[in-house]
Amino acid sequence: MSEKNDPEHQEQHIVGPPIYLTIFFCLLVLTAITTGVAFIDLGVFNPIIALAIACVKASLVVLFFMHIKYSSRLLKMTVLAGLFTFMLLMTLTMTDYISRAWGMW
Amino acid sequence: MDSHSIATTPEMLPEGADSHAHPAFLRHHFESVAQQREAASFGMWIFLLTEIMFFGGMFAAYLIFRNWYHPAFVAGSNTLNITLGTVNTAVLIFSSFTMAMAVYSAEMRRKSPLIAWMLLTIVLGFAFLGIKAVEYKEKFTLHHIPGPNFSIQEFVHPSNPKAIPLAPDMAEKTQIYFSLYFAMTGMHALHMIIGISLLFFMVARASKGAYTEGYIMPVENFGLYWHFVDIVWIFLFPLLYLISRYR
Repeated sequence: MSEKNDPEHQEQHIVGPPIYLTIFFCLLVLTAITTGVAFIDLGVFNPIIALAIACVKASLVVLFFMHIKYSSRLLKMTVLAGLFTFMLLMTLTMTDYISRAWGMW
Repeated sequence: MDSHSIATTPEMLPEGADSHAHPAFLRHHFESVAQQREAASFGMWIFLLTEIMFFGGMFAAYLIFRNWYHPAFVAGSNTLNITLGTVNTAVLIFSSFTMAMAVYSAEMRRKSPLIAWMLLTIVLGFAFLGIKAVEYKEKFTLHHIPGPNFSIQEFVHPSNPKAIPLAPDMAEKTQIYFSLYFAMTGMHALHMIIGISLLFFMVARASKGAYTEGYIMPVENFGLYWHFVDIVWIFLFPLLYLISRYR
């Protein structure tokens, strides 16, 4: 294991105000965009775009406000494991409900 | 004298034992400050994963019912005030920024800025809850609270010319939309109330210098919690307010 990924010998990376301000500004811009797009008729793409923007915003919060970009591999893996389990819950549940009355919706 | 105080007062140790000298906040079962910090972050993230699953169940219910009763969900969603929803999103993002700055102040060991940023976070938390209360009150006025006094009038004979009138049986299903709306925003608001309470406690401790002498894990882990609550709202906002707008 390299020094860089060994949490017991890692210097704490301090994220500073310039990064926080940049992320804050990006999040506000994305909020404005997602609200604006909601009033344009894009058919099936409306929910897709809205959720994609939400995912980008959530990623910015996790990576920078929650410091995951600068964290150890253990913490990165923990976050990914959580997202994976959540996607599993959603996928299996939705697969079941969608396939139950196949062709009747 | 307990083992902890032995370990944290190196000048009282016998000759040659001072290689174990370390800050007072380092517990003796950790090898280093970095390891202690890593363990605390890891534990907090495990808790946040259980929170993802907790809210995930409600998101799954929302997706399934939305597919089943799509017209009712569109009609219900359009009764929400999109201006208040957007302002509240901005308020919450601002509060995440102020909390991030509070964590930074703790890391820099600056006491007054730490307290100021946490107080600002409290103010923004209350602003969010206040706006939410205005929205809830409107639902009471319009009889859009699920239950015996629920009114389907607005959905069968909509006042909005763009809205498609619903048949009475589908209009009844808007109650499912509002049940999920109150369950999800209500649980989110409860998390905010718990967060604000913890902030008051931490401001009191910070004023005694608790988090500005090197040990900042309580502030940092609370920051993770607060940002998580922000992320939940980042997903609630498009799902409840945005994706079904009449155009």
